[in-house]
Amino acid sequence: MKILVAVKRVIDPYVKIRVKPDNSGVETQNIKMAMNPFDEIAVEEALRLREKNWATEVVVVSIGDDSSQETLRHALALGADRAILVRSTQTLESLNIAKILKKIAQEEQPKLILMGKQAIDGDNNQTPQMLAALLGWPQATFASSVTANNTDLEVTREIDGGLETIKVQLPAIVSTDLRLNEPRYASLPNIMKAKRKPLEVRELDSLALPLKQHIEILSVKAPAVRSGGVKVDSVAALLDKLQHEAKVL
Amino acid sequence: MSTLVLVEHNNHTLHPSTRNVLAAALELGSKPTLLVAGHQCKTVAEQAALLEGVHAVWCVDNPCYTHQLAEQLGDLVCSVADSFNVILAPASTYGKNIAPRIAALLDVAQVSDVTKIIDENTFEHPIYAGNAIETVRVLDAKKVMTVRPTAFNPVTGNQSPCSIECMSQEFLSPNSQFLRHELSQSERPELGSAKIVVSGGRGLQNAEKFKLVEELADCLGAAVGASRAAVDAGFVPNDYQVGQTGKVVAPTLYIAIGISGAVQHLAGMKDSKVIVAINKDEDAPIFQIANYGLVGDLFELVPQLIEQLKNR
Repeated sequence: MKILVAVKRVIDPYVKIRVKPDNSGVETQNIKMAMNPFDEIAVEEALRLREKNWATEVVVVSIGDDSSQETLRHALALGADRAILVRSTQTLESLNIAKILKKIAQEEQPKLILMGKQAIDGDNNQTPQMLAALLGWPQATFASSVTANNTDLEVTREIDGGLETIKVQLPAIVSTDLRLNEPRYASLPNIMKAKRKPLEVRELDSLALPLKQHIEILSVKAPAVRSGGVKVDSVAALLDKLQHEAKVL
Repeated sequence: MSTLVLVEHNNHTLHPSTRNVLAAALELGSKPTLLVAGHQCKTVAEQAALLEGVHAVWCVDNPCYTHQLAEQLGDLVCSVADSFNVILAPASTYGKNIAPRIAALLDVAQVSDVTKIIDENTFEHPIYAGNAIETVRVLDAKKVMTVRPTAFNPVTGNQSPCSIECMSQEFLSPNSQFLRHELSQSERPELGSAKIVVSGGRGLQNAEKFKLVEELADCLGAAVGASRAAVDAGFVPNDYQVGQTGKVVAPTLYIAIGISGAVQHLAGMKDSKVIVAINKDEDAPIFQIANYGLVGDLFELVPQLIEQLKNR
């Protein structure tokens, strides 16, 4: 069985981002980039399913410019079998990304597509659900546990009030939550080996997809700054402030 | 302009976030229709019909919607989408699960976590864990959005009930099936809508000591939250988590105990009106946004706080 994992290159989660002075976006020049943390969890889950002999092949796909090859090589070093880069220099919105992934899914015919529940840059939390809709597949979002059977998956989802377990028939799409697993590190020998693993580069134009723009980004601003307050020296002083100054008690 | 609001509920009670999403719908200057899809959910439809400003309630009562799986709800909403320009859902796990699926079926974009409506096509929403605010213009005629509940003041007024139209569309999806729920039981107010939230982090050391946070919360009638560190360490269940990947809260008072203030946590609480931090590390980033900071050992300070609150 084949698993397709979609990964995205994003600004490293520990970097403090800076909004560009012209409000056109966020500074990405000379900033440390990394694989989206939720996608690392998706790769890890796919590898574990292969190690259990449930899956036979793990294919990773990314959409972006050439620098995304680095993210794919990282996935290969972790253990993915091969990689596909759909090369595009444009910034694409979730719906168009879902359409590109649909095309790749139709060619690759995986039984399972694993994706992070959200990318930590756009925070949209949309693409897996959109891809599921376009393919007409069932979706199991925000997964914190996946049990794979022959023809279906039992997935425990993190919902607001606790947990919910559903069963989805294959082929299906699962989006990962942070607690699904603890991703492994790539060892140096595996990083070396990954350089020889197949990485296919496809031009977005060659997919001949009719993509159109649905959203125009007008500006990206820094949020209102919240200024630090005061430090108080005792519990009594704190309660006094909360009661008489802030009036919240 | 007409708006459809997807009502989150448990087949008995309307989720409070409906009032916030309704506020956003009214701000769009439209006549909102509330869609209640579920099974034996008539009481929810009756509650929805009483909310001030609601134009109509559509109630779809069918066993196939008992657990509101995305596959069925997506098909249902698409079947009625022709009548609406805007489809709104709360940015909860319920809304986030369904709204993108609906948008893709309709071949339109979806805007997530809308925090401000500028005009009928232009919206603000946070990106990068709340460290940037993006303004977007939606070019599609039909708009599908999730609304961040804490960004809109809830509609609190009631009206004489509007009409409830019962419908019976059935969409079966043999590919997806609900198995079970494990819901956290709590007497405390709900985290997302509580006036006061008391949160604990790694500084609490273990699940036993985390009870101190709960005790303080109970003194204040507050909800209990947690940082990811506290959740991962097993002090409290996942659904207590406040942050980029957990819940976003904006209470009147947020008390962060033993929480350093990582950006991912701040994303979930920095719109609180008053923030109090209790931490022994005076350089912890949480102090940069806290209105009132108390530096010291939480195991001394929190019991004092509880004591003094009880004596008031």
